[in-house]
This record gives sequence, C-alpha cells and structure tokens, in this order.
Amino acid sequence: MNQLALSDEILMGVEKPARYIGNEINAVKKNADEIAVRFCLCFPDVYEIGMSHMGIQILYDILNQRDDVWCERAYSPWLDLDKVMREKKIPLFALESQAPIRAFDFLGITLQYEMCYTNILQILELGQIPRYSLQRGEEDPIVIGGGPCVYNPEPLAEFFDIFYIGEGEVMLDALLDAYRESKTKGYCRRAFLELATTIPGLYVPMFYDATYFEDGTLADFKPNLSHAPKTIKKQVIPDLATAPYPLNPIVPFIKATQDRVVLEIQRGCIRGCRFCQAGMVYRPTRGRPVEQLKRFARDMLKNTGHEEISLSSLSSSDYPQLQALIYDLIDACKGKGINISLPSLRIDTFSLDVMSKVQDRRKSSLTFAPEAGSQRLRNVVNKGLTEEMILSGVGQAFAGGWTKVKLYFMLGLPTETDADMEEIAHLAEKIAKCYYEIPKEERIGKCQITISTSFFIPKPFTPFQWSPMFHNQEYIRRAQVVKNEVQAQLNRKSIKYNWHEADLTVLEGLMARGDRRVSKLIIAAYEKGCLFDSWSEYFQFDLWQEAMEETNIDLDFYTMRTREKEERFPWDFIDIGVDKSYLWQEWQQAQDTLLTPNCREQCSACGATCFGGGVCFES
Amino acid sequence: MKVRVKFKKEGSMRFIGHLDVMRFFQKMMRRADIPIAFSSGFSPHMIMSFASPLGIGLTSAGEYFDIEITEPIPSQKALQQMNDTTVDGIAIVSFIEISPEKKWTGMSILAGASYRVTILAKEDTWEMDISSMLAAFLAQPEIVVLKKTKRSEEMVNIKSSIYEIKQGMDSNSSQLVLDMTLSAGSRENLKPHLVAEAFLTFIDKKASNFFYHRTEMYANVGSDDAKELVSLESLGREII
Repeated sequence: MNQLALSDEILMGVEKPARYIGNEINAVKKNADEIAVRFCLCFPDVYEIGMSHMGIQILYDILNQRDDVWCERAYSPWLDLDKVMREKKIPLFALESQAPIRAFDFLGITLQYEMCYTNILQILELGQIPRYSLQRGEEDPIVIGGGPCVYNPEPLAEFFDIFYIGEGEVMLDALLDAYRESKTKGYCRRAFLELATTIPGLYVPMFYDATYFEDGTLADFKPNLSHAPKTIKKQVIPDLATAPYPLNPIVPFIKATQDRVVLEIQRGCIRGCRFCQAGMVYRPTRGRPVEQLKRFARDMLKNTGHEEISLSSLSSSDYPQLQALIYDLIDACKGKGINISLPSLRIDTFSLDVMSKVQDRRKSSLTFAPEAGSQRLRNVVNKGLTEEMILSGVGQAFAGGWTKVKLYFMLGLPTETDADMEEIAHLAEKIAKCYYEIPKEERIGKCQITISTSFFIPKPFTPFQWSPMFHNQEYIRRAQVVKNEVQAQLNRKSIKYNWHEADLTVLEGLMARGDRRVSKLIIAAYEKGCLFDSWSEYFQFDLWQEAMEETNIDLDFYTMRTREKEERFPWDFIDIGVDKSYLWQEWQQAQDTLLTPNCREQCSACGATCFGGGVCFES
Repeated sequence: MKVRVKFKKEGSMRFIGHLDVMRFFQKMMRRADIPIAFSSGFSPHMIMSFASPLGIGLTSAGEYFDIEITEPIPSQKALQQMNDTTVDGIAIVSFIEISPEKKWTGMSILAGASYRVTILAKEDTWEMDISSMLAAFLAQPEIVVLKKTKRSEEMVNIKSSIYEIKQGMDSNSSQLVLDMTLSAGSRENLKPHLVAEAFLTFIDKKASNFFYHRTEMYANVGSDDAKELVSLESLGREII
C-alpha cells in the first residue's frame, strides 16, 4: 500500500481525511516507472463536489486506457488542510500515487463554473507550480484547461499553457502523441506548445495578443506565431455511439454530492433557449443508442455497487427512446433495492406513470422550469413552455396524488418588467387554485409550491451575450417585487419563495464575459484571501470590491453595457459551429418576442451542421 | 439465513469512518453478487448490522457485521467474490452461517474486544520493568479516568472493564506494545486510549505517538463472574 502524502497527525486533524487518501474502488493504480506520461486531472473544488462530476471520470477512463499514460486526480484541499499545507509547505499531491503534482507531465483543470477561478490559483500555489504560463520551466507540468468555461477562457489565459475547446474524447490522443513525440525529439516546452497549436481545438494563449480601443473594448486579437490558427474550432464527436464511456467509474468512500451511477443519454439540446450557454455550445444534439445505454446501465451498476442511477442530459424528455430506456431500467432495478433518480421530465401520462413507479408521491415533487413568469417573457427567452402546459401537467399530477410543485425562474432577463415578475407569483397562485379545486375529501392536506429564482447572467455564445446586467440593488429589488406579490396572493400560505444572492451574480457576470485584463483581479482577490467563492458562506464580496478598486477593474464596463453589433468579443476567436450572425438574429428575435422552433421541428441554420452528425442529420 | 462476515481494516483505510465503511459494504454486496436480504417498505434497505463501530484512525484485524441472505452461498465462493471487489486495506476474512436468533447477533452478544496499542516514546525510552508496572497498575483499588462524550465529561472507574493487559512481543526500547482485552458492547464499552493514557500517567511517562489496532471481538459464553470469551467468528459454521 502507498505511503500517504500527509502524516497521521495531519489527517487526524482535518475534517473528512478520506478526501485525501485515494484508494477508492475503481481508482487506477499503475507502476510509475513504466509510464511515459503522468497526467493529473483536477477539479478545483472540494473532493465531494469534484467526485460528482462525470466529465472527469470520462477523461480519466480514456487516459488510463492508454498503457503509456497514468491519469490521477487532485481536488482543492478544504480550508483546514489548505492552511496546514501552506504552513508546512506540503506540495499538493495526486490521490492515486500521493506524489506531488508539480512532477507530472500534465495538469488538466476542469473549468465548470466561473466562481472556481480563485481555486485554480490555490491549486497552482499549493502545487508549487508557477502561476503564469510564461514563468513555467521545463520541469513544470503543462497546465491545460477544459470544460464549459473555456468558451471564454480569457480571464484565465495567463495561467494556462493550453485550453482544450470542445469534447475531450476527440483530440486527447493527438495531444498525448504530440507530447511524446516532443519528448523523443528533445523539444523544449515552447517547441511543444508551438506544436500543440497545430492540433485542432487547442488554444495556446501565449501565442495570441489582445489590443484594446480607448473605450476599453477589444480592438484586435491575433496570433503572434505565424502558424497558430486565427480561430479555434470546437471539437465534437459526431456520433456518440462511438464515444467511450467509463463503465467502471470511481466510487468514493465518503458520500459525494452525486452518489450514484450517472448515465449520459445525450449531449446538446434541441430547444435553443436564448439564455442557455450549454444549449448553444454543445450543439448539435446527439443521443446514444438506447441498446448501448441499457447495457452501460447494467455494467455500471454492477461495477460500482451504487444504489441509485440517474440519467444525464440537458433535456431528457427530448431523448427519443426515453420511455423504452426508463421502463427497461425499472425492470433491471426491480427487487435489487436500486433507485432510479428521474431527471426533470415534461409532465404527461408517461412521466406520471414512471414517477408513480419509482418515487414516493408524498415525498417527491413535480419540477417545472418556466424561467419567466409571463408568456411574453417566455417567448423572449424562447422557452416553449406555456401556462396551459404547466396547469394541465399539475392538474394531472394533483389528481394522481402529488402535492408538491417546484418552479424555477430567472430574474433580470432582457426586457423584463415588474409585470413579468409579478406573473411569477400569479402562476404559483393558479397552480394552488388548481389544487384547491379538488374536493376537500379527495385532497391530501395542503399543497406546497416552491418558487426559486436565480438572477440571469449573460454568457458568451448565447443570443443574450449582448445583454446588459443590473446592479446588485436592482436584483434585490426584483426579488422583493416577487416576494411582495407572493404575499398578496390568496393562497400565499401554500407558496414558498427562495431567491439567490445578488453579489455572486454580478461577479460571475464579470468573469463570464471578462477579458485578459480580468486576470489581475482574480489574483488580487485570491491574495486577499478569496477562495471557494462558490460556497456562499466563504464568499467575501467586500474583498472582491477592494480588489476591483486596486486593479482598476470596472465592474460596470463588463456587466452594465449593452454591447453593439459590431463589438468584437474576447471569445470571438473560438468557433463553436454556431455562427455569430445566428446568435445576433436570435437576439433580434428576442427583442421582437418571436419564437424560434426547436431543431426537430425545423432547422434554423445555426451552423452546427458543420459537425456532420446528430439531430441535423436525423431525417 | 444469517451470516457473519469478518473483515480486516488496515493501512490508509483507518481514515474511513464507520458510516462510510457501512456504505462501502452495502455497495460491495452488489458488486460481489451476495444474495443479501432487504427490509420491506417503500425504501428497502439491506439487512446488515455491525458489531461495533471502529473509530477513525484505528486499524483492525477483527471487524464484524451480520447480514441476512435470501439463499445459501458457499463461504469460499462468497469470500472470493467479495475479495475480488474490495480495495487495498479491506480484506474479508470469513463468511459464516450463524444462529438465526436475534439474541445471537454480533451487536447483542459483543462482550469484549482486544487491542494492540503501540506507544512510541517521547524523549526517554521504555527501558523499565513494564510487566511489574502493569501488575501494580492493575492492583490499584480503582482506576479513575476522565471520560469525555459529546455531551458530558465524567470521572469513571474503568478497573472492572479491563479484562487483561500484558506487554506485547514487539516491545523494544523505542516502542511499548500493550496487548489488552477490554469490555465492549452496549453495556460497557471501554476505549483503548483511556487505558493507555491512564497507564502512562501511572508510570509518569510521555508518548510521542499512539497506534491502536483492534485484534478481535468476543462474546461471553460464561457468566458475568466467570467470563469465558470466545471470538465472534467461532460462533458460526462454514457454508459448504
């Protein structure tokens, strides 16, 4: 058994020592002496969050399939261990070998949300790896980033050697082969990075320069290396059936946030909601064959021993063979004490039938995400859900014995008025009325309607990327409007209202559409002690504000401007397949409250057919 | 059919807490195709009960849990299947059929546990006559220690809960090894660190580090006055 990187004394002194010892079921052990490339995948948040992420497990599996690579994992040490490691100068280590990550060939960091950016600086510092790409030497790992936030990597550009744009399955092998070739030929770090620019989907930020106009907007962005491409094309697997999937995912000892088998049934979404980044950047929609999924589910349940399985996709109801798949899973799990955790489904006869089979009606709830309270605003965001659909769904569900409804909305959407906000409360009231119309003797007590609102954040590569945001106070006011209107309803006692914090929203908005200059803000905030910013109890907005002042980063410039059609965005050098002209057209459609049909109803020529697969070629 | 499983927990697995060990074995039952029985009801759970939780930081050669299975499975086959799907540091030692009566479950019959406590010297060494010191320690009219729980602190006399202590074979000048058998279970559960610390106080020595290793758990087949401790494992038989 391995020597642990941390002493007994340290492990006994920190919360959940199991976060740091590795050795989980299905973790991969190899002999380091027989390995050409050491790769460490890192999720810059605490272990239980990071272990819940399927993307890392997919890449871990692909990398470890190669005999010449040993892929390991690292996560952000929690604050208690962070302190000890700084005091005792203990280098951050990978879980499997317990060896310091600074000795690895690659450090791959997944960028899942903007508020993990300070944790990336923590990983580099504890890892004893120079913070800036340009400071790193021949002995330092190649730091590579991937995941949804690479669709605007610019705030992090100086910290990374490479960003991988798109789905890891496609070009990882090419990257590793190029690395081995570089080693064989004795290339230096820079020569390898130059070679990396020739691999599709790889963005090497040090070979690009940004210049700005006097008003602060981007003037030019171009390579400073002759052969580096001007645009980086997102990499996509056209046929998911050919993509590997980890049938032996790692099973943590401590309970991860997702303590279950996660079966990815499809990628992409046909809906085209205008606020949704995933809906644009993961185009085209591609499903896995249902027979393959049935087999995967059985293998993964057997190989992990998990007592629950869930389906993962952006919109499961749009997976064509969903019924066949779920009924098959119900069969496969029968009598084995295995739960099926249903994704949120469009409420109809089928979903009520499966819900009644796999859930306890008294405990489970119906979930709707109308996103906006009024039909007008739902049309603006292109959310096809109508009030009739919601009311007929809850009507059926109430008749079937359900009493709990969860509703998800966003506040601060483009063109939103107070009337739109008040409609949120009115919709909840209509749902409550629908319940109390059932004769009293047939009802099971009261109904519980929970409204949750988050604040809308414009993201790159969405039709709303041109949209301004609001100041903190305005977000709070909007939540107050909803709250007051809920209080004014007849059935207010059956309606509960939760809203998110506003400070985090504006900061996330800044990061999402930030440019290279934002990196100094991240550094300044980190050096003031900001860490685990996505944990509301550790988020210190006052420190971020101080950091903004000191680094002259103008929050309003990034969040409050309505961007013009002509503006060049920091992320425009990335080609996601969906054209900027299409996104602009959608932004105009939104202003005109016009709906765009989903990909199966009618192709809107967004550009994603260039990938040669998925829904674009279904008929 | 009721079955008792004995397992070892070693190395870095000492940092896995009791609840997580339970979750580990629940998942192992599925991976290893053990025909375990479930309770009835809307959310059925596996019928599985542990004899005694082991604290974080301790290793053990003698941990136990009892399960109910729906059809017989030969002990050797079950052992093989479980050990094929375990991790380094957790090994299944035996899988035996036990009496179906409730009063014979590991949790109800547990009466004692033995530990090997390794104590590393601080500044000075252990060069002294430990055996006679131990005799003197046990000859005290009472051995009072401060027992802390989450809710309270109280002074308790642990003398009657110490069944045996002797110096272990691996003792040398830098480490003292004490083999002790203490009362365990629902009636009186004495933790080994209380005894080790009380003994160090008695001989006026300081330690730099302690390692606690549980070696076995026992049932009492004698009486309260004339105890006869037998291992929990010995109360069952192999399934052929």
